Amino acid sequence: MTHFIQVLIDAVAIGSLYALVALAIGLVFGVMRLINFAQGDYITIGAYSLVVPSAAATPALMFGALPWPAMILCVILTVVVLALVTERLAFRPLRNSDLTSLLISSFAVSYFLQSLILMVHGGRPKTVSIGDALSRAVEIFGVRLPGVQLLTMVVALTLLIVLVLFLKKTPIGIQLRAAAEDFQMARLLGVPANRVIAIAFAISGILGGTISLLVIIQTGTLDIRMGLMPTIFAFFATVIGGMGSLPGAVVGGYIMGILSVLLQAYLPAELRPFRDAGVFSIVILILLVRPQGIFAKTAKERV
Amino acid sequence: MSESRKEKLEAIDVHVHFGGVKALNGVNLSLQSGDILGLIGPNGAGKTTMVNVLSGFQMPHPGTVKLNGENVSNLSARKMARAGIGRSFQSARLFPKLTVLENLVIPGLGIGLSRRAATSQARDILDWIGYREDPDRQCDSLPYSDERRISIARALALRPSFALLDEPASGMNEQECDRLMQIITRIPQEFGCGVVLIEHNMHVIMGVCHRIHVLDGGKSLAEGTPDEVKKDPKVLRAYLGEQASRPEAVI
Repeated sequence: MTHFIQVLIDAVAIGSLYALVALAIGLVFGVMRLINFAQGDYITIGAYSLVVPSAAATPALMFGALPWPAMILCVILTVVVLALVTERLAFRPLRNSDLTSLLISSFAVSYFLQSLILMVHGGRPKTVSIGDALSRAVEIFGVRLPGVQLLTMVVALTLLIVLVLFLKKTPIGIQLRAAAEDFQMARLLGVPANRVIAIAFAISGILGGTISLLVIIQTGTLDIRMGLMPTIFAFFATVIGGMGSLPGAVVGGYIMGILSVLLQAYLPAELRPFRDAGVFSIVILILLVRPQGIFAKTAKERV
Repeated sequence: MSESRKEKLEAIDVHVHFGGVKALNGVNLSLQSGDILGLIGPNGAGKTTMVNVLSGFQMPHPGTVKLNGENVSNLSARKMARAGIGRSFQSARLFPKLTVLENLVIPGLGIGLSRRAATSQARDILDWIGYREDPDRQCDSLPYSDERRISIARALALRPSFALLDEPASGMNEQECDRLMQIITRIPQEFGCGVVLIEHNMHVIMGVCHRIHVLDGGKSLAEGTPDEVKKDPKVLRAYLGEQASRPEAVI
């Protein structure tokens, strides 16, 4: 029983991470119909901003050396600026072109950012240790909770609440939701397109920076492709949840997290290497039953 | 909410061609604040194209749209909305996952009101159109006739100089139509704006319009008061073909 609870907590913690990435992808998709695969590279670059560029395997700390409030602020700010710059340079000029061009553009941005990291930091994985204190476990009712997981859950929950309040209560939040549902109609009702899209990217940057930190605290490893798997999982999360539905993205994120951890824990040892194949097979099954996703919009495409 | 200044919206010699199809072929139209102008005609007459031109969705070529004497033919739909042209669509196109109130707050924010002011305006308009249900209800669960009324309310929340309503009565039953007619009749005095109304329901058109403009095959066929249009033999022919002879029975 304790083991099961432990597994469940693992699942919720990893699900929280996926939910955050899925939310970032879902927000941008909502206002732009762009599936931004560069989201993973935002996460990677946020993580790399902790260290000074060098070829060393254990590089000196840059933002990572700052006191933690400043460190968090700097990393998040870096990713926000990055998200805004990519929006301005790569995505805004293509806003009126078809979805394929946008998607291809997001792959291009992704490869560009990866090459950039390769140039600046070199290709081999590095170790970086921040937040060591968090790796200690807290014991609650006989269940050992690693501090990192506790932190991930608390941070995800806080961000979700703040984001919901922002989207429901602030003028720009309401406008953003309207734009996500019917962009053209929103513009006709005076919603400022550029600002709304920039805000969506900025939020995806805030989420991206936070995820960078959470991942690094957990793994302590910098790798050029570190943002890739969370992004792919999150992409599937948004698909299961129903593209364009933010609650769907969050629920999808938790489903992906829970699936992957449960399979990891309960698959026979010899099958574990195929965990991800298992996860994605289940995703395919879900989509066969509900092709539109769990929280899909019911609104028909209208002219 | 009413304003006293007179504004004027004009379409001058408007042509719109889609390939070889002449959707509009030299149409002239004008109205002032306070007017309710009906736009009728058989299917394919060019009514919606005309509204698209007036609201900046479609550029006339050649032709001019003037708002208060100023040429606005080349403005985008969004700029037209800001310049004071509010429009509702054949399909309501509410934001389905937003609440009724939020749907009406959006245009208020769009014209630069604070959230508080936009919210209070939204409540006033809901009250005005007689929506007494829960304003925090999500729009995808609204009954059809409420959906249509809210979409008109939303166009009005932009405080337009001219409101263009595209078939607001479609799919409504008789009782709902009557309620809608009362609302449309009161729009000019309440919002100080002019109204262009496309509608297939002749009961509604004849009941609320001050003037009616009849289009047929992209051309103006007639314009006049409901009574004049009702008796115009050209209009009757367009609607019923050559054998039309009993005017009152038709319209």
